[in-house]
Amino acid sequence: MPELTFREALRMSLREELLANERVFLMGEDIGAYGGSYAVTKGFQKEFGPERVIDTPISESVIVGCGIGAAMGGLRPMVELMTINFSLLAFDQIVNNASKLCYMSGGQIHVPMVIRMASGAGSQLSSQHSHSLEGWYAHIPGIKVAVPYTPYDARGLLKTAFRDDNPVIFIEHTALYARKGEVPDEAFDLPFGQAEVHRKGKDVTLIGYSGSVYQCVLAAEQLAQDGIEAEVLNLRTLRPLDIDTIVASVRKTHRAVVVEDDWRFGGFAGEIATLIMEQAFDELDAPVARVCGADVPMPYAKQLEQAALPQPSDIVAVVRGLI
Amino acid sequence: MISEVVMPQMGADMEEGTVVRWMKHEGDAVERGEIIAEIETDKANVEIEAFDSGTFRKALANEGDTVPVGTIIAVIAAPEDDISKYGSSTEASKGEPAKTKASAGAPPAEAREKPPAAATPPAKAPPTRQQAPAPPRVDGRVRASPVARKLAEERGVDLTKIRGSGPDGRIVRRDVEAAATGGAPPKAEAHAAAPGPVTTVARSKMRQTIARRMALSKREAPHYYITVDIDMTEAERTRKELNETSGQDVRVSVNDLIVKASAIALQRHPIFNSWFVEDEVRQHTQINVCIAIALDDGLIAPAILDCANKSLLDVARAGKDLVERAKSGALKADEYSGGTFTISNLGPYGVETLVAIIQPPQTAILGVGAVQPKPVARDGEIVVAQVMKAALSADHRVTDGAQGARFLNEIQGLLEKPVALLI
Repeated sequence: MPELTFREALRMSLREELLANERVFLMGEDIGAYGGSYAVTKGFQKEFGPERVIDTPISESVIVGCGIGAAMGGLRPMVELMTINFSLLAFDQIVNNASKLCYMSGGQIHVPMVIRMASGAGSQLSSQHSHSLEGWYAHIPGIKVAVPYTPYDARGLLKTAFRDDNPVIFIEHTALYARKGEVPDEAFDLPFGQAEVHRKGKDVTLIGYSGSVYQCVLAAEQLAQDGIEAEVLNLRTLRPLDIDTIVASVRKTHRAVVVEDDWRFGGFAGEIATLIMEQAFDELDAPVARVCGADVPMPYAKQLEQAALPQPSDIVAVVRGLI
Repeated sequence: MISEVVMPQMGADMEEGTVVRWMKHEGDAVERGEIIAEIETDKANVEIEAFDSGTFRKALANEGDTVPVGTIIAVIAAPEDDISKYGSSTEASKGEPAKTKASAGAPPAEAREKPPAAATPPAKAPPTRQQAPAPPRVDGRVRASPVARKLAEERGVDLTKIRGSGPDGRIVRRDVEAAATGGAPPKAEAHAAAPGPVTTVARSKMRQTIARRMALSKREAPHYYITVDIDMTEAERTRKELNETSGQDVRVSVNDLIVKASAIALQRHPIFNSWFVEDEVRQHTQINVCIAIALDDGLIAPAILDCANKSLLDVARAGKDLVERAKSGALKADEYSGGTFTISNLGPYGVETLVAIIQPPQTAILGVGAVQPKPVARDGEIVVAQVMKAALSADHRVTDGAQGARFLNEIQGLLEKPVALLI
């Protein structure tokens, strides 16, 4: 299997969709002539023309609103919102229109739209450009949230997102774009709602998604040196959430730690912890723990930024406290 | 109105009780405050009273049944109330301990206003107490993870018998697995090495309670010890004169003098009249001095209530009554769980020194030996004095040695110049 970067894996799937279905088109800020802020759509405008790879004005609400209209009219738009930070400007369109039109029309109207956005911190972009708000979108009924970790995930989940007749928020952690992994040449759909057991273990379950899976993997490697075998779960989608795989793992390890970059208070990690409590209470040998971002706006200073993000050493310390 | 009568908790370490006798039977009218049953705990027999008036509709426990604290044992209601949900005596249902409506000696009004108070020592106990000390970790509640509990049930392991190796002493899965597969092999080897034949002595409930409480005290309360010689010459003279001339029906013992002296000293050093509960120091204003009483099958230390407001003769009377009732098992709940300080006196056995273990949740105990003639130096002369050794054991989490020394000096001074005890 060839090794591709996360970015190349996304590009491969996007290109296949553009080739396979003339109703598919892409829209976003600087995705055409410039090739995308993270270079995912590089060369597409030349290949598919400015009508299918459209550069938009800087207005997220308009971008998503146009996408919704196009999707209602029968097209299959993919809109790119440079980052999740700017998606807040389109929050109303996403929450009030994209997520609800199917329900409010009694299933007569669908919004088959993929909304891609970069997320995560770690590049000293300070507090307004370092959010990890995927948990907010997972909170809303009517939209699905994909959170790929590997290039393989990125390729397969993006294909599935295009199959879906309802809106999908597709999260790309900025720290992952250049990471490499094995990706098949042939197209495949990676089903939503199926987590991956990324690393097998028996002593504790580390639950991560998107970028935080990497922190879990590093923590598991450290723990292994002390004879603690951590199982690492890569959720792949937050909505639908594969609680079955989580519970199955907890049944085996009896301990769970949820890791996410987002703030702890009222966050998605709390939702997972509650589900474990509801569905696997009798399996727990310790309280479910969370390792989350610090409860502060993201600092700009490099050391402070790292201190505000979950680190493998934080996870290791929490695991030791459970055993 | 339906009023549930539940097995009351007579002290923080009580887990179950036995219904000895029902004083009321189905259909009987019950007045609020009336005694409805006698129950037996691991320490004594106590009577429980109704907290509401009505008709005694149903007994949910038979005489002789032992049920966990908090179990509904009877229902008092109006004749027309539907009580079908309560089933029968064979299926006594576990109620919430917090709903406890009956508790011997607890004033009903207070129990209702502060439901948790009824779950633990009687609401009559020292008034400074803001909330009931029914603390999860002090009352012997087992701390175990959910999977450990499930596994223990599946494999028939008694969680109260094993030690937790998890964080904060939590019993975790590996502890139950070890116990289920025979557990603690080193211990078994130690037994194997015992010299000669061994018989296992059955432990009474009281022995088990003493074991649990004393181990808890030694494990959690860091004791410090201070000893003094108290010259009891004056105290003995005063006591003799009082007993010859008081014309009362009660004789004052050495122990009564020590109780009274301690009560006065506690008023002046109230920090020693505290409980240490849930990481809080709860100082009481009422002084309830416990006296340790040896019984055939163990030991009990009930309290003489409100010693500060009792004269020496009242203390003597109350002490005598308490000893008699302790031996016949007729103590009231607040007498054995409302104590705030304890005196253990092995003087009658002729011992010189007794260094005692604090009774949790109290924070100090005074151990005293016999009053014996000893040569002492007084004004440069060696004279014979009546000397008693007293040892204070106190909880270092609450007080320090210098405070303990001042408190013990106070007791010493009161006994050496005993006039103040007569006021």
